[in-house]
Amino acid sequence: MARPLAIVGGAVPGVLLVERFLRDDLGANPAEKLEHFTGTVALVTLLVCLTITPLRRLTHLNPLIRLRKPIGLWAFAYACMHFSCYLVFDQSLDLHEILHDIVKRPYITVGFSAFLILLSLALTSSTWSITKLGGRRWRGLHALIYLAGGLGVAHYLWSVKRDATVPDALGMILFVLLGLRFWRRPNVAQRQTNLSGS
Amino acid sequence: MLIRRPPDLSTRDITDESLYLNRRAWLAAAGMVVSALPTSRLWAKTLSLGAPQDDKPTSYKDLTTYNNFYEFGTSKEQPAQNAGTLKTSPWTISVEGEVKKPAKYDFADLLKGLPTVGRTYRHRCVEGWSMVIPWNGIQLKDLVAKLEPTSNAKFIEFTTLMDEKQMPGQRSGVLPWPYVEGLRLDEAMHPLALIATGIYDKPLLNQNGAPLRLVTPWKYGFKGGKSIVRIRFLRTQPATTWNIQAPDEYGFYANVNPAVDHPRWSQARERRIGSLLKQATLPFNGYADQVASLYTGMDLRKNF
Repeated sequence: MARPLAIVGGAVPGVLLVERFLRDDLGANPAEKLEHFTGTVALVTLLVCLTITPLRRLTHLNPLIRLRKPIGLWAFAYACMHFSCYLVFDQSLDLHEILHDIVKRPYITVGFSAFLILLSLALTSSTWSITKLGGRRWRGLHALIYLAGGLGVAHYLWSVKRDATVPDALGMILFVLLGLRFWRRPNVAQRQTNLSGS
Repeated sequence: MLIRRPPDLSTRDITDESLYLNRRAWLAAAGMVVSALPTSRLWAKTLSLGAPQDDKPTSYKDLTTYNNFYEFGTSKEQPAQNAGTLKTSPWTISVEGEVKKPAKYDFADLLKGLPTVGRTYRHRCVEGWSMVIPWNGIQLKDLVAKLEPTSNAKFIEFTTLMDEKQMPGQRSGVLPWPYVEGLRLDEAMHPLALIATGIYDKPLLNQNGAPLRLVTPWKYGFKGGKSIVRIRFLRTQPATTWNIQAPDEYGFYANVNPAVDHPRWSQARERRIGSLLKQATLPFNGYADQVASLYTGMDLRKNF
């Protein structure tokens, strides 16, 4: 039940955005609005994806894990839209300018790196990839989502002129989520002692 | 010799009438979708793919709803939403410093006798967007002449109102308040420099810097101090807000210059409001012929 909801629900911000665009309701600078909105949604969705595992441990609701993939893929989908806005609206698809920008501007370099990470995670999101890579290697690769989150926050922080309230808040949330992950790593040996002790 | 060929069309190729009618319905639906697309102005401009836009004035709605005025919030929409708290009448302006008669003036008295002008200028924001604005106001040089600075005056400084009650954005520490901007006196005496009091022949709205603001079209928009309550003539260059905030990113001169990038982003191109794509930015925002001589011999890379 929750999984189809996540699959469909991820489309909601995008559909609302397109609907507002078609009504010409995105203000004086719709290109900027589309770009900023899709970028923020990508980062927020990524953070939502990272709450799944801590939430699952807290509630012992194991099926929650099935939400991780669709939410993660939505984060990638919004990152794709964000990147497309940049390619079309900011750079008019001028490949030379785009490469120059990615190399020269740190906040673009960082954002592009985050995009590449999400791309590789999306490409290896199938069950087939897990068996092919092996669980350990796959988990190692997919731990890079935290790096993508950090790069995403840096990209946001670096791009704002002065008011960093939103990227600061997102960075804080990422920090807490990362902390939760390290704070209580399920240790198999420990769990077994606990079991035998009780 | 006559070669018999089968007919070009078999019955299979003839569209069934119901499908044919169905297609009409499809076309009608597609037409509806297309007509629902945003106003044609946006697409017309977009389809020109980044070519320079004509300097048609930006719509009044866009000019009055897309503003940078951190005193009312840091988003573009907030000034229009929050600036209602600003009371622009009565409005007093304090004239201080290297001037023959320092005094406090009522706004209306200050303008008395000065010829009003209408000027349509390009407006380029340091963030990479631009507008075309039909201003009303007075030439700054006429105001300076009226205020009679002494021969010691080399700079002019403009200070925005400081009042948290009227300007709720000042409760945040996002910038050091009050907002201060300034010009070299010869820049202020340039015929393009304007004190604006209106847009589209209407008095300035609060979000645009009512009742009076500075306009220097060859400089980035942040040079244009809004809702000015103090004008000071100085011997030395004043400390200006964005320059204090980030000296490596915002210079005192802030002349529009596509060749000198902001440390974090390019200044080569700009998005004209009303268009989805970007176009080339011109040196001195296209006013080089008029103003470049002000900066002869200066290194514009260093004095950015």
